[in-house]
Amino acid sequence: MTGEAADFETLLRQALSPVEPPANLYERLEATLADLTELAADELEAWELSAMGDPRNWVRPAAAVVVGTTAGTALVLLRARRRAQRRRGGADAVRELAERAARDVVAEARRALRPVPPAR
Amino acid sequence: MTEARPKAQVDREFSELYRSHLRDVYSYAYYRIGNHHDAEDLTEQTFLQAYRHFERAQRESEGRPLRPWLIRIAHNLAANYYRDRSRRPQTPIDDASVLSSPHDTESLVEGRERLQRIIEGVGELPDDRREALIMRFALGMGNREIARALGRSDGATKVLLHRATRQLEEIVKDGVAVS
Repeated sequence: MTGEAADFETLLRQALSPVEPPANLYERLEATLADLTELAADELEAWELSAMGDPRNWVRPAAAVVVGTTAGTALVLLRARRRAQRRRGGADAVRELAERAARDVVAEARRALRPVPPAR
Repeated sequence: MTEARPKAQVDREFSELYRSHLRDVYSYAYYRIGNHHDAEDLTEQTFLQAYRHFERAQRESEGRPLRPWLIRIAHNLAANYYRDRSRRPQTPIDDASVLSSPHDTESLVEGRERLQRIIEGVGELPDDRREALIMRFALGMGNREIARALGRSDGATKVLLHRATRQLEEIVKDGVAVS
């Protein structure tokens, strides 16, 4: 590399020096990621609850199943509603995820409320 | 089949990744877009995308650094940003951090003008050349890392960087001659 080229690269390095992100960006990202992590954990819990109410796992009498499923569904919906309230006013991406989670919960609840298939 | 790792561990590793590379992604976004406000949004979106695909990226990287992957996400998002909003990069004009070392007034003004001309010249380069220079000089990435971020071979990246530097040098010289 010639001296001139080296000089130019030095200037280029000065001109394009790294830019420090604003302090509030660290905080904003931390908060968004923490929200996402928490949301993911909630989704998992909701999934576990609905999985317990999955007709294929039912071995108890139909009456008990109906009671259990209704209670499970109510709890899942309550959580979804609480999540939606908590996240109102948050970042768009997080809101989108919350809406998706709520949709998933409704789908799971519908699946759980389907009639019990006859035992084979 | 790869065994799933505990979520807390994955989150911890992602947190380390973002702490280590927030400045890289932000610098890239800032020089690519040219204003702090949109650079913040692009940085945030980059990390949200990265979070969604983090585990897969870890598996596929086979222990190699994830910085090129992050910058590639930012690169794709920046491309969408321009395509969606029909925007062109703006030239950063208010970042005086590079000019903070003590100089006498005359050399300070000269140096400032020269660096300003370089920054403007970077904005005049074709996209791939501009990006390669940002990665090399703002982020200090090596040839191989840049190649991975741009999805090119090492050889092609070396040529790209060389041509980008030479073209920029010409732009700056012409600008000085005109002024």
